[in-house]
Amino acid sequence: MSAVPIRAPIVRRRLPASVRRKRFLLAVANHSFLVAGAIAFIAPFIFITLTALMTNEQALSSRFWPHPFAWHNFADVFRTAPLGRWTFNTLEYSLLGTLGLLLSSIPVAYALARLRFRGRNVMFMIVLVALMLPPQVSVVPLYVMWAKLHLVGTLWPVIIPNWFGDAFSIFLLRQFFLTIPEEYLDAARVDGLGELRVLSTVVVRLAKPAIAAVALFSFLYTFNDFFLPLLYTGENPHNWPLQIGLSQFRSLHQVQWNLTMAATLLVMAPVIVIFFLAQKAFVEGVTLTGVKG
Amino acid sequence: MAVYLSLNHYDLLSPPRWVGLANYRYLFTIDPQVGTAVKNTLWLVAVLVPAQVLFALGIAMMLARARRGVGIFRTIFYLPALAPPVAATLGFVYILNPATGPVNAALGRLGIGEPLWFQDPSWAKPSLVILGLWGVGNTMVIFLAAVLDVPRHLYESAEIDGANAWQRLRWVTLPTISPVILFAVVLGVIQALQYFTQAYVAANIASGQASQAADVTAASLGYPQDSTLFYPVLLYQHGFSDYQMGYASALSVVLLVVSFVVTLVIVVNSRRWVHQAGAIR
Repeated sequence: MSAVPIRAPIVRRRLPASVRRKRFLLAVANHSFLVAGAIAFIAPFIFITLTALMTNEQALSSRFWPHPFAWHNFADVFRTAPLGRWTFNTLEYSLLGTLGLLLSSIPVAYALARLRFRGRNVMFMIVLVALMLPPQVSVVPLYVMWAKLHLVGTLWPVIIPNWFGDAFSIFLLRQFFLTIPEEYLDAARVDGLGELRVLSTVVVRLAKPAIAAVALFSFLYTFNDFFLPLLYTGENPHNWPLQIGLSQFRSLHQVQWNLTMAATLLVMAPVIVIFFLAQKAFVEGVTLTGVKG
Repeated sequence: MAVYLSLNHYDLLSPPRWVGLANYRYLFTIDPQVGTAVKNTLWLVAVLVPAQVLFALGIAMMLARARRGVGIFRTIFYLPALAPPVAATLGFVYILNPATGPVNAALGRLGIGEPLWFQDPSWAKPSLVILGLWGVGNTMVIFLAAVLDVPRHLYESAEIDGANAWQRLRWVTLPTISPVILFAVVLGVIQALQYFTQAYVAANIASGQASQAADVTAASLGYPQDSTLFYPVLLYQHGFSDYQMGYASALSVVLLVVSFVVTLVIVVNSRRWVHQAGAIR
């Protein structure tokens, strides 16, 4: 932030009519563009929803409005495909992955931010390098490793790596931990708490917004993840998470667009609901890092 | 590890067999698909990335100027970025579906041509760009924050110097937010080099719809006619559809080197256009 400029007292002068008219027209043009853009951005959601509510024959016609509304499509989706099974797999991946990620990344981030030990900077550099490495590079050797451990076909190859820390989360948490005043930690240490207790009682409580943001990003990432689950569970439909199931839904079950769109809507819904519920944590996380994970 | 594997022939079943640089020789001189994949991926870098950055910047500028409803507009423009890529792609394959999709229904009524979108080799990549523009919300939010952060007094002094709206944009706004633009470009290029999910799903769904075959996974990669065969799709095909682990490693090593070089070139080049006072955030 730059220094606040010293303001001269503002004398409001009525602008000439021509200038005012020009500004008004510009504002109208600006808002018209925004409204047009907003309609274009919402339209796909509306088309998906409308089609999800159509009967089979209607979805094949070029009519826009469902008549009658086929609410039973959403129930039919569960009957056509093992959507419950896929949801369970996704939750297994998301919850176990996010839990492991938090339990492993928080202590590492704390150590990198607040403890002094030899090699700390080297370790932080390693985290940064891991952050920048494209996942495609490590994917082949990792696949070979999981194949040797006979875990290809299960979800463990995508869950377990989270238990060893995640570079992005460690980075984000470290940046936040650095902003916590050392005095708080010292006070806790003077009271006789060990570093682990300092972390679990003081730091974790003060860093709630950052931890919430990391958990949210991790949940969204695992929920949306496609590439890695496809590699490891692609051949074993029993362990497919939602995204894989959805991608195969149409060709596998020879279903029509109306059911496909109903399934699409069901997969989009949780993310959007979570966004509206957790908007604050979201904004904190985005402003903290400049990116979404 | 990846480098070691890339010097071997390895199919996961029999132990790795040392082949030296044979994988790389095949990659650079023989494999006919590498050329296609590289061309398609470069197309993404040259078209998708600039389109996304300009589009996000345009929306951010308009939002920054809006007087009311900013919160609602921002949410609307951001929301699609949250949609899971698989679901978003499915939705777009439907909406742009030539036979029954609403877009061609509207175009038909207007009497304009009706492209075959994901079914047409020359339209498949532009269709992916439209999908990409829809999901531009993340970049837009970052740009909006940057534009709103431009100090007011800079605009005021520019105005006193008689700068018109275009000059204020060119000489005040753009230089001030240039570090953020650089960030968005680098991130966009890295993502373009790793572009996979949308291409895979779009090809899979579009081809399944054309052939109505039940098992399309392997045959559909790059549909139609290899027009969506991007480099990561090729890597997937060799490594995890054909289990040529050695060759896939060679592909991934080349991708790593290229990503690194491209990023370096952009960052070094950017010294000429990124505002000195700002650092990369």
